[in-house]
Amino acid sequence: MTNLEVIFPEIFLTLSIFVVLMVGVFLKNTYSLVNKICVLIIICTGFLVFYSNETLEKIFLDSFIRDKFSNFIKILILISSLFVLFASQNFIKDMKISKFEYPILVLLSILGMFFMVSSNDLILFYLGLELQSLALYILASIDRNNIKSTESGMKYFVLSALSSGLLLYGCSLLYGFTGSTNFDVIQMELNSDNIGALFSIVFILVGLAFKVSAVPFHMWTPDVYEGSPTSVTNFFAVVPKIAGIAVIIRFMDIPFKNILSEWQLIVIFLSIASMILGAVAAIGQQNIKRLLAYSSIGHIGYVLAGIATGQQNGYASSLVYLVIYVVMNIGAFSCLYLLKFNGSYTEKINDLAGISKSKPILAFSFLIIFFSLAGIPPLGGFFAKFYVFISVIKSELYTLAVVGLVTTVISAFYYLKVIKIIYFDEEQTKLDQIKNLQTSSIIFISCLLLISYFIYPSVLNNIIEPIFMN
Amino acid sequence: MNFPILSSIIFLPLLGALFIMIFKPKNNTGVVYISLFTSIANFFLSLFIWWSFDPLFDGFQFLEEKNWISGFIKFKLGIDGISVLFIVLTAFIAPICIISCVNSIKNRLREFLIAILILETFMIGVFCSLDLVIFYLFFEAGLIPMFLIIGIWGGKRRVYSAYKFFLYTLLGSVLMLVAIIAIYTLTGTTDVTQIYEIKIPIQYQNILWLAFFSSFAVKLPMWPVHTWLPDAHVEAPTAGSVILAAILLKMAGYGFLRFSIGMFPHGSEYFTPLVFTLSLIAILYTSLVALMQDDMKKLIAYSSVAHMGYVTLGIFTFTKQGIEGGMFQMISHGIISAALFLCVGVLYDRMQTRDIRSYGGVVNYLPKFSLIFIIFTLASLGLPGTTGFIGEFLVLVGTFTKNYLAAVLATFGVVLGAAYMLWLAKRVIFGKVTNESVTKLTDVNKSELAILAILALLTIGLGFYPNLILNTVDTSVNSLISNYQNNLASVEVNSR
Repeated sequence: MTNLEVIFPEIFLTLSIFVVLMVGVFLKNTYSLVNKICVLIIICTGFLVFYSNETLEKIFLDSFIRDKFSNFIKILILISSLFVLFASQNFIKDMKISKFEYPILVLLSILGMFFMVSSNDLILFYLGLELQSLALYILASIDRNNIKSTESGMKYFVLSALSSGLLLYGCSLLYGFTGSTNFDVIQMELNSDNIGALFSIVFILVGLAFKVSAVPFHMWTPDVYEGSPTSVTNFFAVVPKIAGIAVIIRFMDIPFKNILSEWQLIVIFLSIASMILGAVAAIGQQNIKRLLAYSSIGHIGYVLAGIATGQQNGYASSLVYLVIYVVMNIGAFSCLYLLKFNGSYTEKINDLAGISKSKPILAFSFLIIFFSLAGIPPLGGFFAKFYVFISVIKSELYTLAVVGLVTTVISAFYYLKVIKIIYFDEEQTKLDQIKNLQTSSIIFISCLLLISYFIYPSVLNNIIEPIFMN
Repeated sequence: MNFPILSSIIFLPLLGALFIMIFKPKNNTGVVYISLFTSIANFFLSLFIWWSFDPLFDGFQFLEEKNWISGFIKFKLGIDGISVLFIVLTAFIAPICIISCVNSIKNRLREFLIAILILETFMIGVFCSLDLVIFYLFFEAGLIPMFLIIGIWGGKRRVYSAYKFFLYTLLGSVLMLVAIIAIYTLTGTTDVTQIYEIKIPIQYQNILWLAFFSSFAVKLPMWPVHTWLPDAHVEAPTAGSVILAAILLKMAGYGFLRFSIGMFPHGSEYFTPLVFTLSLIAILYTSLVALMQDDMKKLIAYSSVAHMGYVTLGIFTFTKQGIEGGMFQMISHGIISAALFLCVGVLYDRMQTRDIRSYGGVVNYLPKFSLIFIIFTLASLGLPGTTGFIGEFLVLVGTFTKNYLAAVLATFGVVLGAAYMLWLAKRVIFGKVTNESVTKLTDVNKSELAILAILALLTIGLGFYPNLILNTVDTSVNSLISNYQNNLASVEVNSR
């Protein structure tokens, strides 16, 4: 008898999505209502996950796994989606993209991610990934009258489909050479002599690298970030990254565990390339969303650096980095909801000139978040980098550490550029005054977390490290 | 003592800044009074620490320890004879900056004072911390307020200078961060006192020393990575220059004493020729460069590089005179350069130019100012009876015992120092009045006079009674040197 309690949050989420979809279809002008219900569903699911057992359990022929790791990632996904939805509510109404499908698509992609992080089987993993991606394609082009938004959705769809194809090819190779789709069996079957299976790793890693936009599979990121409505970009920059990184860690930790030396080199390459490109390519950007896109590529490079160690404490440091990255990005994108010029939202960095005088508090938030993104102590971003570097140096991957540090300095340059424009330049455009309590409170929370992180900097480690201790 | 006095002296300015931020006094006078009150209270607190500090005790005093990052990093504070003086110096300079900027900073005074107070917190934190990570945290965090001070309130090329300052220092310090993590993986701790005991394996010392050196050399600054300093000084507002010259540069000298020599005696010994060479180049070359400057602030900035050259020269002699001389030189330079920048600020506030050529004959219209300016000029070139002399003299004595040639060359630097400072005084203070607007200048007002007079008294007072400082550092310097020599000796025995 299968223990359905293990999969209860997913069942609840699926059923409530159907219900809320019906509400949206049969009632009119239901965005606000649907949005509220969706927020409620997210909170309820969060409680279900939070209060579920933490013991490791596998069901459905060992294809679905629930453990501390999956629970932690699920809660992280839920909280960050909640924050993103909450902060962007007014923006969505303002941009007239307040269709009731919006929050439902968000929920659907969350459901897909749930299956991704809980999968212990290649097929379930792939299905979860596709469910997530399909919802994201539509979200990217939700502003369907805007040519840029539809273009970004199309671009994302085509490139993502290609990478999914590669991933699927890798999965089939893996199945062919190990005889199973189950992660545990694959772990036992894989060894360095199994050349065909090693070949499949490359394909799988390419597919995963695409999902988290690691270089050289990052090309879609700046365009999709720029084209999609800011609220969707905010979601893209945060939530799918969590799921993607979680899946990479799962792959490295279970099926590929015994062939560390084989995949380590690939991950190191992805990490170094991402850090360098993220630092260099962002320098010339004029659009703040593109800048944040390249910045997120760079940050994913640091997260991958922790994973590249192949050690449990390296994975833990990557997760710490990821959590702080999420806080910083939610804050940074939320600030964009408050930048309005002549009635339309502005994305040009130069329009920020001199807002330190007209909007001192917003400017200060930018200051905190961007210095934190640059990794300057005593802000949260520094500790994220610090823990990753500790685990990297412990594993004696000195190249990775040095490249990481040099790119930190290079990337500081463009973060400083934004701060320079805000604080040093004279005001050129008079931005509109916006009162938006919801968004402001999210910005406030993220700034507060970043500033006060130094008071108790081991808070995340204390939560995350036990996950990897079994 | 159970009262966490070091934590309070670190975080009191921060509290003041938060108070200003949260309660937002309506007018600027309120802000000035609050920040002045905080910084003066902090100064008295630092005097109290100095007074209750036991100069004969060998080791760290006022120790505070708290678990910070569970398992491996402790928030550990403590001071010895070397750091207590820097704390007093920092707490002394901060109120002076606040008084001096009231007249010169026109826009956003509130934010400026907040930045100064936060910077004070970080600077005192640097001198108090006994844990490498805490030290790094404070050391780096100071970049943010200083970046803003240069960038927002600076001169014409402020953006360029602010960037240069930030990126130079950041690049130097991230290497130190790697070294700190490497030390942690080698020894399993980042507690400085424990690392002294454990001793870092010799084969790693050289590379780790270089990583720390890269950070301190940029901050000090040493030739050839000094080029950010003239830019930063010239563009920063007066108060910013004062803090930069008086305290931020001293963090590096302090770092050499506390970390480079303490933790890597072999690395320090091995690289002494490098430090000597760079220091001598700094002394001679930057003195020559200073001679050719038209901008007063730039001239003083280059003279700072030369003076800090004496500091490194003295420290790396590993003799008692040399290290104490280096210490004394740092304190003395902290006072004198601060005063010189204030003097330039006085002129700049009135004339809006720092070009030496547009002055001349100032003594005819600003007699009080001229007297004070001459005092500091003479102190800067090391006239006996002023602090400048004691520092340079002790350094040269220490150097003579180690390296004859270096001492001779450094002595030439003293001559060059006299040349550029006297020539500066001649062109600005004396000579004929060539610029009409000099005739319309008004002499220093009361607050300016008060600050400058205090600094002048201090320069002369310490010049006549240097024991006030030397007594405080004596025990710490002795134990530093003996630890250093024991370390070197013990390994020689082992290698046999």
